Amino acid sequence: MSRGGLTGTRIRERRMVLGLRQAEVARDVGISPSYLNLIEHNRRRIGGKLLVDLARKLDVEASILTEGAEAALLEALREASAGPAGAKVETQQVEEFAGRFPGWAQLLADRHRRVGELEQIVEVLSDRMTHDPFLSASLHEVLSTVTAIRSTAAILAETEDIDRDWQARFHRNLRDDSRRLAEGAQALVGYLDDGAGEAGRQTSPQEEVEALLKSQGYHLQELEGDGGDIDGLIAQSGEITSSPGQELARQYLERYRNDARILPLDAFAEAVADLNMDPGRLAQRFGTDAGTVFRRMATLPEEMCPVPVGLVACDGSGTLTFRKPVAGFGLPRFGAACPLWPLYQALTRPMTPIRAVVEQAGQPPERFLTYALCQPVLNGAFGGPQVLEAAMLILPGPPDSEAGVQPIGTSCRICPRRECPARREPSILADGL
Amino acid sequence: MGRDVLLIEDEPNIIEAIRFILSRDGWHVQTHSDGKSAYEKVLDMRPDVVILDVMLPGRSGFEILRDIRGGGETAALPVLMLTAKGQTKDREMAESLGASRFMTKPFSNTDVLSTVRDLVGA
Repeated sequence: MSRGGLTGTRIRERRMVLGLRQAEVARDVGISPSYLNLIEHNRRRIGGKLLVDLARKLDVEASILTEGAEAALLEALREASAGPAGAKVETQQVEEFAGRFPGWAQLLADRHRRVGELEQIVEVLSDRMTHDPFLSASLHEVLSTVTAIRSTAAILAETEDIDRDWQARFHRNLRDDSRRLAEGAQALVGYLDDGAGEAGRQTSPQEEVEALLKSQGYHLQELEGDGGDIDGLIAQSGEITSSPGQELARQYLERYRNDARILPLDAFAEAVADLNMDPGRLAQRFGTDAGTVFRRMATLPEEMCPVPVGLVACDGSGTLTFRKPVAGFGLPRFGAACPLWPLYQALTRPMTPIRAVVEQAGQPPERFLTYALCQPVLNGAFGGPQVLEAAMLILPGPPDSEAGVQPIGTSCRICPRRECPARREPSILADGL
Repeated sequence: MGRDVLLIEDEPNIIEAIRFILSRDGWHVQTHSDGKSAYEKVLDMRPDVVILDVMLPGRSGFEILRDIRGGGETAALPVLMLTAKGQTKDREMAESLGASRFMTKPFSNTDVLSTVRDLVGA
């Protein structure tokens, strides 16, 4: 029996499964066939004694005919009807509407729920702009400096007989304020790109999952071994607040549990130390692929790992789908990352392992050893579309003797490497505003 | 008609720029940067116009404005409020507390000068 239909639809389905004619059922419960027809097409409400009689005739519990999705759908439609003020909605006929046009009704309910989720995001962003103390202070600093520059520049441009001492003074002020403005803007953009906002203010499903993982130190002891209640873990999490976030978290956690079965924690941690954190040799020892090893290394507890491990992953479009930061290696919060990351080189050469030492722009520049690999995701099996996933492991402190160091950045917008051949947009830092 | 302006602001280069343009227009400008003692400065100086920033160290411009409007001798003093936050709620707050005018940063020198002139009927 359908779990998603309305009561009338369920009655009709049950009757047809039993091979009963409409006229026969109607006669036995004391109604006309035309009235039963209206009920079965959700044109008449049903309840009380008639529902019980019909359920008995159809040899099924009355509650099974009425429970479930119907109530949720009707509730969602009633909520939607209470939306815009002044809208003339025929609320008395909500059940008839849901019965006659179940597809439209479900679409309306889904759209209503989506509007609610979007409103929540807008509220979070608005609240963040208003109450985030760092953001507020940074914007104030930038605006105050702009004000000083504007006033001073206007004085210099519009005052013909300005005294030489005043002129020198205002030139000095302009130089100082320009520097302040560049520093303020750099701090502001860095803050927004790093995602250093307050906890509990995630604005996307991916951020919700990342917040959950961060709160657990990226290691989920509950999912080690064969056990682990994924839905319970999500339900108890204060970070996962939206249904897309739940779905994404479920996907990630199921993969985590699977990885943990392939690479048991104690044996894997021991091998990580023995094999000097070499993901290729680890994959060989455990007879698995390097992508699984990457993910497992990034989820080892701190005390079981010789050095902190960062990990990023992207899909075939280059969109970052996972970010585990490591100190000194900037990860963009929004938009695309640096195109020179070995992650993207791997994306152009599927199944080719890449090992590269990179140097992140910064003060001071920091070097990292990276391992990157792109593999197909066989969600659609061999006949499906080709779906790729690339991942890059990031380890701090490569040997000083490493040659061929690749200069990289975080993202073009905040990268000071002005002459970079891969630049796709000007940097606000290189231009100094 | 008086020509004394008290500028209560904590950004040195904004102070310098505003003082320059008002002084060239014939105004006597005094400045003050500390929110805590700002109202005492108003009482001490008895200016003809106050230019008051909202975000000040020690005390906000809104609190100082409340004192100015609550004090019998300063209740009618023309006050031009400056803020780096152009949000509606800041403007509403300034209006509800009795600001004579409200300007958001960044402002133009011409606007500041003409507003100060307007406030004293110059």
